[in-house]
Amino acid sequence: MNETRALLGETVDRILRDAVDDRLLAGAERDEWPQALWQTVVESGLAGVLSAEGAALGAGWPEAFDIVVAAGRHCAPLPLPETIACVWLLSAAGLEPPGGPVALAATSDEDMRLARDGSGWRLAGTAARVAWGRRATHAVLTATVGAERFVVCAAIADGLVSPGENLAGEPRDTLAFSGAAVAAAPLPAALAGVDTRALGALMRAAQIAGAVQAVLELSVSYANTRRQFGRPIGRFQAVQQSLAVLAAEAAAARMAAEHAFFLVASGGRVEDAAAIAKIRAGEAAGRAAAIAHQVHGAIGFAREHRLHFLTRRLWSWRAEFGAETAWADRLGRDAVARGGDGLWPWITGALSGAHTAETET
Amino acid sequence: MSFLGLAHCSLPPQAESLRQEVREFLAGALAGRGAAARAQSWDGFDPEFSRSIGARGWIGMTWPRRYGGAERSALERYVVIEEMLAAGAPVSAHWFGDRQTGPLLLRYGTEAQRVSILPAIARGELFFCIGMSEPDAGSDVAAIRSRARRVPGGWELSGAKVWTTNAHRAHSMLGLFRTAPEAAERHAGLSQFLVDMRSPGVSVRPITDMAGREHFNEVRLDQVFVPDSALVGTEGDGWAQVMAELAYERSGPERYLSGVQLLLELVRAAGPAAGERARVAVGRAVASMVTLRQMSLAIAGMLEAGANPAQEAAIVKDLGTAFEQSLPEVVHELLGVEPDRAADTDLGRVHAVLLELAPCFSLRGGTREVLRGIIARGLGLR
Repeated sequence: MNETRALLGETVDRILRDAVDDRLLAGAERDEWPQALWQTVVESGLAGVLSAEGAALGAGWPEAFDIVVAAGRHCAPLPLPETIACVWLLSAAGLEPPGGPVALAATSDEDMRLARDGSGWRLAGTAARVAWGRRATHAVLTATVGAERFVVCAAIADGLVSPGENLAGEPRDTLAFSGAAVAAAPLPAALAGVDTRALGALMRAAQIAGAVQAVLELSVSYANTRRQFGRPIGRFQAVQQSLAVLAAEAAAARMAAEHAFFLVASGGRVEDAAAIAKIRAGEAAGRAAAIAHQVHGAIGFAREHRLHFLTRRLWSWRAEFGAETAWADRLGRDAVARGGDGLWPWITGALSGAHTAETET
Repeated sequence: MSFLGLAHCSLPPQAESLRQEVREFLAGALAGRGAAARAQSWDGFDPEFSRSIGARGWIGMTWPRRYGGAERSALERYVVIEEMLAAGAPVSAHWFGDRQTGPLLLRYGTEAQRVSILPAIARGELFFCIGMSEPDAGSDVAAIRSRARRVPGGWELSGAKVWTTNAHRAHSMLGLFRTAPEAAERHAGLSQFLVDMRSPGVSVRPITDMAGREHFNEVRLDQVFVPDSALVGTEGDGWAQVMAELAYERSGPERYLSGVQLLLELVRAAGPAAGERARVAVGRAVASMVTLRQMSLAIAGMLEAGANPAQEAAIVKDLGTAFEQSLPEVVHELLGVEPDRAADTDLGRVHAVLLELAPCFSLRGGTREVLRGIIARGLGLR
């Protein structure tokens, strides 16, 4: 790991660890917006890690991975992963990132219609369950016009926001536009298959990796301090074996997500990367939450303990931007299309980040 | 407590050109090898195949040239062995020497041992078996009772080893013996010896597995003489040496690829018009496989960097064997047909083979329970 990455990783971890405590999280569930924390995050360059300015500082996808993992680990109640992804997508399409928090809207062409209007563009339709919609200045989505794919950036103020929330009380709002003037630009050819659902899945996978790590840390710490039958419960083999499974799931979720970021950075298909990460991290999310609650016993089920901040997020995040089954269907379709002879070359080629090695069959 | 040590690792370009070379060789060498045979890559004992890949420098490929190696990187070796396993090559004959005995001798052996043994392993001419488990010492390796007694000019070995894969066809055994009585410190007093399997007093009896296959054995040693030069490493340090050996044994791609032929046959049989249930099952398997491969590669990267990733290797083996064992279940769920060794499809035959093979995946090289104990120790729980 290089120095830039290590330094940035430590910085983001410290900022979020110091700021995000149980009180802040409880406030966020009452719709309080941590403006000071958002300010710090922006001023530290975290939201723009995948912008031209970020690249000039030597930052990129590996740094973005560390930031999004930290956001998950500390349950940062901010649209930080979404803004990072949107800034990347807007920059790739040559659009100027708006500067404030940006929401990532996973819409289909049936949900949202983009149409030309003179020299500009207009947007009409509905985007359901958009994370942090009410707090963002803009929403970014992808849309098709003719045969061409576009990146769209719509001002939230030009639409209607209907509030909703996920299990963890994070805003998941419905945005409605009826012919709002928006900025739009075609996706570069290399990113033609990219959509906001895949980008969102990629972000959620890394957040899950961070949250599963935090769940592991909480569970091990609890097992080492909680005493029953005259000793810490972590001394019992049955508990040890459960926590070993949890540790393995944490390692798998992290590797799946880190590999996905690596694939995107090395020019791989975002949809493939997102599928691998969201499937494996999603599996880990369910298993980790179940083990953590079992190890914590009754106290972990109580509002006063902090475990639920993590597990309620895990249950929501694993389903947002597509659950394991939906992504497995998509990845499985590509796999069967390649056939028994093409599967291994695909795994060691395009899915490995070694794009030159795949021999098409 | 952290598993951040499992750092993402990607293969260098020279490893990818090597992959093409290996793939082309295997396409020719394995032409006509049936699916059921491919599914038992580890049980495929083929001295001629081992010699042919030895001649290409693909055994002991990371070892120094003066010992017959090719001085390639651990990541290049990784590519060679994952291609062998994915193709279902018969790797059994040279596997243990290449994976365990060779690296162990490089680390602990005398110069004379290295010079006399390593080049022959690398040529694919000298095959090893591993004498570790005993009737009363399975997961509890320190409970072994086979003894080495000092005699003029060497040692006299007596005892019994079990589950010794290839003992009936290997030239040599690297065995663990007690050189001092079991004391309070149970791990003390163990030593490793090289045993020529043709030595007087060595007898081998096959142990037939539940499917009727003969690959592992009981080995009896009755006052077997070995010279002083057969001691490997330091007398009494056998435990530490064996633990280092197990780290090699637990870290490779064989820990998630044993079931790969079943996945390939499933995809082949499902075809491009596969239904949703098959697509979802295959998609999940691919995501797991890509993740496990990166975890396994991360360990190869750590070994290359000189680290000792014992806990990380335990995690990869635990997850990897669970994945391998899930594949026969996936096929059962999807097809729901009776397992049949004489099925008229490759998928059916491979499914039957793997059902009867899969229980050993989470036993060999450290049981699931032992591995999870190692992980728990890494977490600070014991």
